[in-house]
Amino acid sequence: RRLCILKGIYPHEPKHKKKVNKGSTAARTFYLLKDIKFLLHEPIVNKFREYKVFVRKLRKAYGKSEWSTVDRLKDNKPSYKLDHIVKERYPTFVDALRDLDDALSMCFLFSTFPRSGKCHVQTIQLCRRLAVEFLNYVIASRSLRKVFLSIKGIYYQAEVLGQPVTWITPYAFAHDHPTDVDYRVMATFTEFYTTLLGFVNFRLYQSLNLLYPPKLDGQADVELKPAEGKEYAMDSESYLEKLSALSASLARAVAPTHEDEVEMDEFPVEGETAEQLDARKKEQEALEKHKKLFEGLRFFLNREVPREPLAFIIRCFGGQVSWDKSLCIGATYDVSDPSITHQIVDRPRVERQVVGRYYLQPQWVFDSVNAKLCLPVADYFPGVMLPPHLSPFVTEQEGDYVPPEKLKLLAMQRGENPGDARLRGRRSRGAGQRCTCSGASDCSVGNGGLSADEESEEEEDESEKEEEMKLKKLEEQKTQSSKTLPVKVTAGKVRLEDKQRLEQEQQSEEKRLAIMMMKKREKYLYKKIMFGKKRKVREANKLAAKRKAHDTAVKEEKKKSKKARRA
Amino acid sequence: PPPAPRAASARNSVPCPPLTPLPSAPLQDIRNTVGNIPMEWYQDFPHIGYNLDGKKIYKPIRNKDELDMFLEKMENPDYWRTVQDKMTGADIKLTDEQVDLVHRLQKGQFGDVHFDPYEPAVDFFTHEVMIHPVTNRPADKRSFIPSLIEKEKVSKLVHAIKMGWIKPRKPKDDTPTYYDLWAHEDPNSILGRHKMHVPAPKMKLPGHEESYNPPPEYLLSEEEKLAWEQQEPAERKLNFMPQQYRCLRAVPAYSRFIHERFERCLDLYLCPRQRKMRVNVDPEDLIPKLPKPRDLQPFPTTQALVYRGHTSLVRCLSVSPSGQWLVSGSDDCTVRFWEVCTARCMKTLPVSGVVKSVAWNPNPTICLVAICVEQSVLLVNPCLGDKLLYGATDQLLESYVAPEEERVQPMQWVTANMEEHSKGVRLVVQHSKAVKQVTWHGKGDYFASVVSDNSNMQVLIHQTSKRWSQNPFRKSKGLVQCVLFHPIRPYFFVATQRYVRVYNLLKQELTKKLMTNCKWVSSMAIHPGGDNIICGSYDSKLAWFDLDLSTRPYQLLRHHKKALRSVAFHKHYPLFASGSDDGTVIVCHGMVYNDLLQNPLLVPVKVLKGHVLTLDLGVLDVLFHPTQPWVFSSGADGTVRLYT
Repeated sequence: RRLCILKGIYPHEPKHKKKVNKGSTAARTFYLLKDIKFLLHEPIVNKFREYKVFVRKLRKAYGKSEWSTVDRLKDNKPSYKLDHIVKERYPTFVDALRDLDDALSMCFLFSTFPRSGKCHVQTIQLCRRLAVEFLNYVIASRSLRKVFLSIKGIYYQAEVLGQPVTWITPYAFAHDHPTDVDYRVMATFTEFYTTLLGFVNFRLYQSLNLLYPPKLDGQADVELKPAEGKEYAMDSESYLEKLSALSASLARAVAPTHEDEVEMDEFPVEGETAEQLDARKKEQEALEKHKKLFEGLRFFLNREVPREPLAFIIRCFGGQVSWDKSLCIGATYDVSDPSITHQIVDRPRVERQVVGRYYLQPQWVFDSVNAKLCLPVADYFPGVMLPPHLSPFVTEQEGDYVPPEKLKLLAMQRGENPGDARLRGRRSRGAGQRCTCSGASDCSVGNGGLSADEESEEEEDESEKEEEMKLKKLEEQKTQSSKTLPVKVTAGKVRLEDKQRLEQEQQSEEKRLAIMMMKKREKYLYKKIMFGKKRKVREANKLAAKRKAHDTAVKEEKKKSKKARRA
Repeated sequence: PPPAPRAASARNSVPCPPLTPLPSAPLQDIRNTVGNIPMEWYQDFPHIGYNLDGKKIYKPIRNKDELDMFLEKMENPDYWRTVQDKMTGADIKLTDEQVDLVHRLQKGQFGDVHFDPYEPAVDFFTHEVMIHPVTNRPADKRSFIPSLIEKEKVSKLVHAIKMGWIKPRKPKDDTPTYYDLWAHEDPNSILGRHKMHVPAPKMKLPGHEESYNPPPEYLLSEEEKLAWEQQEPAERKLNFMPQQYRCLRAVPAYSRFIHERFERCLDLYLCPRQRKMRVNVDPEDLIPKLPKPRDLQPFPTTQALVYRGHTSLVRCLSVSPSGQWLVSGSDDCTVRFWEVCTARCMKTLPVSGVVKSVAWNPNPTICLVAICVEQSVLLVNPCLGDKLLYGATDQLLESYVAPEEERVQPMQWVTANMEEHSKGVRLVVQHSKAVKQVTWHGKGDYFASVVSDNSNMQVLIHQTSKRWSQNPFRKSKGLVQCVLFHPIRPYFFVATQRYVRVYNLLKQELTKKLMTNCKWVSSMAIHPGGDNIICGSYDSKLAWFDLDLSTRPYQLLRHHKKALRSVAFHKHYPLFASGSDDGTVIVCHGMVYNDLLQNPLLVPVKVLKGHVLTLDLGVLDVLFHPTQPWVFSSGADGTVRLYT
């Protein structure tokens, strides 16, 4: 199992399950023979054996109380390295970056574990170190793109050398360790991931000309030294803590010059129109602007606010951040600093407010990052009902349900001023409803076979019934006429025919007939696709209806409260 | 009982001394000899043991009550140092030394007052090596010779080191833990495995519903919550319950975080991976491009007339070659003749049983209808239309002269009696078993009938003009469902449950055997060109055969939802229709080209509805008008309908 995890060997689904499984269809996992053979001549297998022998010898020595042997054995404890496996699994650096998601999430999780029992303390420390190093890299390269506060944890997405890397960190609470989880499996994964992440970090630091292991900037280092000369912690520990404070920039191997930022030459790709070129340029500009979102702003984090994520995000976008000195090492300025522009507060009321700064809830930072612009602050004052926090990872396609807040945001991104935005939002909400309506009509079209058909069927039935009635009448008349011949002429009514509708009916019927002629396999596929589409539309409609109901309920409540106030 | 005094043994063994020597009362040395026993044993006795002489020691008389005790406690200044001797029961007053001893023991000090625990240490055997020996003993010999055992041990170690079994001290590996692993990216190092490698799919990115403060529409309502809780964890669409928190401060830890990470780990190394090609097709592209039905007109589109009169299901229909008259046979034991254009019932012919099949003679000069009633086939002259015509038919039938020698026939031809004759029945062909189908040859002289039998007598061919019948088959090839004459050539089609056999009547041999790919053929119709056949089956399939192409169906159409009851071709227009138990008649355009290389074009053009489902039966028979693009259908609801 350990080998499979380390070498990244996974089972395969055989093409003919029955053939492989000797005629039985019971569920079994199948590995490729080639893979298992590949595992056989892996040098690390011998290392594992050596380790097993070592453990046996050690146990024996302990049993016999041969302490010198124990010492000797411990001196010669066999160790193994996973470097070659990392290299083998990821022959290029980009491959490694692509697979970084799980590694990061795992390291961030392990770094929050308590140092008790569940795994080795060294592993936890290593994970913490690597995670902090990675965060520092993201700050230095300003590659964070999206953040999301979910109920599970905080999602981050960074673009590292063109590859999107997403990871999740849990909220900073103690874990209640579940009993039905095999920590050994997790530890094996973490062993590999730490190796991978270490090499990746090294390479990333190198690409930015940063020193590895990271060193704080000389000036910042001095600043961070405790003033009164009293010991803060042991040197080795305080180093990591200073690093994890995320408030200081890192030392570079080569001193950066301001001309460093080379302007990119433009190489127009053949077949690319000027429009596309323009669009690309615009995108580039937007990206640059996004990177400098908080440039020039000075933040102060209150102590009830999660410090690490916020400090990380603010620093990623060029803002300056500080916190209470007693909260954590690395605070650079005080609450009373008049140059603070934003203070992040997560309590219902602020007792003493200083003029000249915004008091905001932490969601503002997250929403601003996702919106790629500094959002209007009014919605985020302390104690105010927050607007919904939307996931930046969702890109709505045509026909999907779009929450009205998202529409508003899109409008704002398009550059409409916020005063207009509200109006616009209302209008766009209307548009949204309209769009959902069109969705509904889509649905009816999508239903294709069903609703439209049924209608037409009903129609036909009706017309037939009418005709039958007429025929009956005629017959009756005939029989009557054969008896008494009461000839009577009544004025006929002009039947209005809705041409459009007729046309539609005809088209739907044609489609139905054509569907009848489909081959069996294609028909199955078609039905499946249509079913999926219908379900999607149904879900979107459901969401829209729910929203509508909620909005009306809220409106009524408002009215009621207003009335009550008047009374 | 108290133990007997054991004076002897007590005397031998050292009697246990009293708890405290009683220096205060040395005179009365009462030594109890009971030994170390629980003294409660003597509770109920006046004595407390025995002295050295074996006499009872009596308990001291205690006449103090609680009050006395209390007074003594209050008044006696030595009360606190008075204890009771358990062995003798006497009160003893402790001396000052004894009290002091007790105090010291309570403090944890040594009992002996004179013992000094902190005496200066005297280093008798010093660790320092002295120049002079402590003893005068000469050194052992073994202290001069090297130890053999040690030598053995050392040699073993040396050997082990030489052989590399144990390593004295490994040199420390001084390469850094992390270095630029990808400094030399070698394109050759990309193994074949990497091309085969299926990267694990990334974790699904969270949607709006996972937010700590989602839009209100993403929160679950009460019913949805209940449904979510009742679902199996594996079946849930969301693996968490969307929740809303006022502010970030209120968000708790997610209890399943470690679980989810662990499950991801399990997925990574235990889940089989497979490349799945996602079909990315536009569903509109899947619909075949067919010519528009509008361009394929004429075909029947609307229901024009309903022929009412039958009271039970109408099993069969037939139309006169001129297209003016329609005959229908029903389960209500009548045969009705209708005028097509007016839906008027011209004539009703009551018969003796259920009418299974009717067939109008296709010869326009003969006005004759064959009707299957139970075990006989009636040849009826309906006496409709041109009087000359039906008169001529009667004359033709009467002109029959019986041959001189009686031929042996499988059935009997009986001329109708007067009563029957007045109704129109002219001839009765009596079979041995119930007849289920009758069909005419195109010339109008021969007709074939199918008997529900299991022998070789299932199919019979009759000649009207000579009034004789023959049994063409020597052997039964299965249950015959229906038979058909080829419109032009001397071929004869026999449909059994799964196959259609084509016989050449001239050569009297089997020419072809068509596999229908159906479970149970119900009906069969032939294209007027004679090269194409359609077969309807009870498993709701319609098979189109191109006789020139293959013995397998050219196309198998699954239009109907239920069993097909009958199929029909139009005589002139490229149309065919099928009626089914689901109450619909589907009219299809079936163009057969003269060019042999071009395959027939089949396009469904219209679904005709109108029949009401009764007894789970819908349409029982369909039939085209011989000249117009009209279709008749008869149904289980007792009506015949005309669609034009």
